[in-house]
Amino acid sequence: MGKNFKMHWLAFILIAPQIIITIIFFLWPAITALLQSLYQGDAFGISQRFSGFDNFIDLLKDPAYLKAISTTLVFNTLVTLLALSSGLFVALLVNATVKSQAFYKSFYIWPYAVAPAVAGILWRFLFNPAIGWVSYLANLMGFEFNYILHPGQALFVVVIAASWQQFSYNFLFFFASLQAIPKSLLEAGMIDGANAWQRFWHIIFPLLSPTTFFLLVINVIYAFFDTFGIIQVMTRGGPGNSTSTLVYKVYNDGFIGLDLGSSAAQSVILMVIVIGLTVIQFKYIDKKVVY
Amino acid sequence: MRGFKRVCLHACLLGGLFVILLPIYLAFVAASLQAQDFLSAPTPFLPGGQFFHNIKTVLFEGMAVTGGHAISTMLFNSFIMALVIAFGKIAVSLLSAYALIYFDFPFKKLMFWMIFLTLMLPVEVRIVPTFQVAANLNLLNSYTGLTLPLIASATATFLFRQFFMTLPSELLEAAKLDGAGPIHFFKDILLPVSKMNIAALFIIMFIYGWNQYLWPLVITSESKMATIVMGIQYLAGVADQIPQWHYIMAIALLAMLPPLMIIIVMQQLFEKGLLETDK
Repeated sequence: MGKNFKMHWLAFILIAPQIIITIIFFLWPAITALLQSLYQGDAFGISQRFSGFDNFIDLLKDPAYLKAISTTLVFNTLVTLLALSSGLFVALLVNATVKSQAFYKSFYIWPYAVAPAVAGILWRFLFNPAIGWVSYLANLMGFEFNYILHPGQALFVVVIAASWQQFSYNFLFFFASLQAIPKSLLEAGMIDGANAWQRFWHIIFPLLSPTTFFLLVINVIYAFFDTFGIIQVMTRGGPGNSTSTLVYKVYNDGFIGLDLGSSAAQSVILMVIVIGLTVIQFKYIDKKVVY
Repeated sequence: MRGFKRVCLHACLLGGLFVILLPIYLAFVAASLQAQDFLSAPTPFLPGGQFFHNIKTVLFEGMAVTGGHAISTMLFNSFIMALVIAFGKIAVSLLSAYALIYFDFPFKKLMFWMIFLTLMLPVEVRIVPTFQVAANLNLLNSYTGLTLPLIASATATFLFRQFFMTLPSELLEAAKLDGAGPIHFFKDILLPVSKMNIAALFIIMFIYGWNQYLWPLVITSESKMATIVMGIQYLAGVADQIPQWHYIMAIALLAMLPPLMIIIVMQQLFEKGLLETDK
């Protein structure tokens, strides 16, 4: 671009705020984490010694960390599946209505406005073993519901709260993509004698696949990093670490356990995961211009 | 048959609405009850008459569960935090996107990649070292500490960059012919055509800032600096010992009201912002 402005000093001034904040609050902490992950210190932070990859090896040998990995995998899979499928399902239904699309849409987007931590407290009250509506109903049906005692139920309640919160986002994206599908395509399918089920699988679903893949990555990222508030408010990782995900553990080991080396090593592992996810996301954006 | 299908469709959709709105309805019901209503299961299904009393109590009277501070302080802090983050992100991103698209300068590629890198470092991932940096810079328990680290955002920069790239290059040429300098061009041409994008992004970023939880949790230790969303944490800690669910739910309602009002009142801008920001 030969016609751009050439005033270097002005360009530097314009870009400086972002670069300075990035260096101080992104790069500096990231490098600190990298360095700290290679050191082990005593509990008081007085002495530190270089320990190579010991922190990482310790982590991978630690049953609690392996447990957090498997909890995260289960949690992420369930939240992603539930939030995506419910978002798609409701978007299809709303898209099938004639006059009430705007009405339904205006309510189905509400959970997006609710902070994860607030969503956590709302669902915690619904699931409250003593007085919550859901537990009351479960007890009426002869099912003992107490997520504070039962690890499986605890995982269930955080999955529900997280999926509820993420649902709106998926719904809105699916709905927008459905609206973009030309009516003529569906009519052509109808003329060819395809029933609703066939039209969905052979026409709609393939056209939605770029959106679905994009949302898949976004939902995994959400489940990884944005659900801390929900877990902290609802279960504090319990009972017995059953809802302690990787991000919850970074916080807990760093701030409560004060094990900086281990927490830094965990941060580094998480960074590697985000880098992987971002690469996947951007690879896909190139291909996304399909329709 | 067609009529029957339609009834099923709307029954399903209303059922879905019921599930989606149930937690919010429950918060409203609980916020209108009084303490003794929570002593036996289940919580009443219909609202009581204490709603305004409870809202007034949490807003203006300090409670044991919030460290003696009234919620109005936390609401105020949340507004400051959300506004500064939204304005800050937009200002910083507009300027850097402007530089990246309309200027040639040394190290441009390097700077672009540095900004790109921030996408891969969400605050949750580097929470402990970022806290240490903020502590070293004396930013604990300050508005600067609450907002500044969250202001740089690759997403917003990329959005504006993307948008500037779609503008015709004649825009710049015509401005140059008219003798407009870079500041003039930015102020009188670029800003006005970006108005809608700025407004849409503002909504998304305001909600983002308002709903922050982990960062305020670690950066503030004094309850007078708490935000309302992280204030939930005080209540959650004692919820099972001091069952003051009517107050807790009144606070939860107040915490979700501003972002909710925004997406209700400015729904179209919100949708535009959401659908464009993450692409």
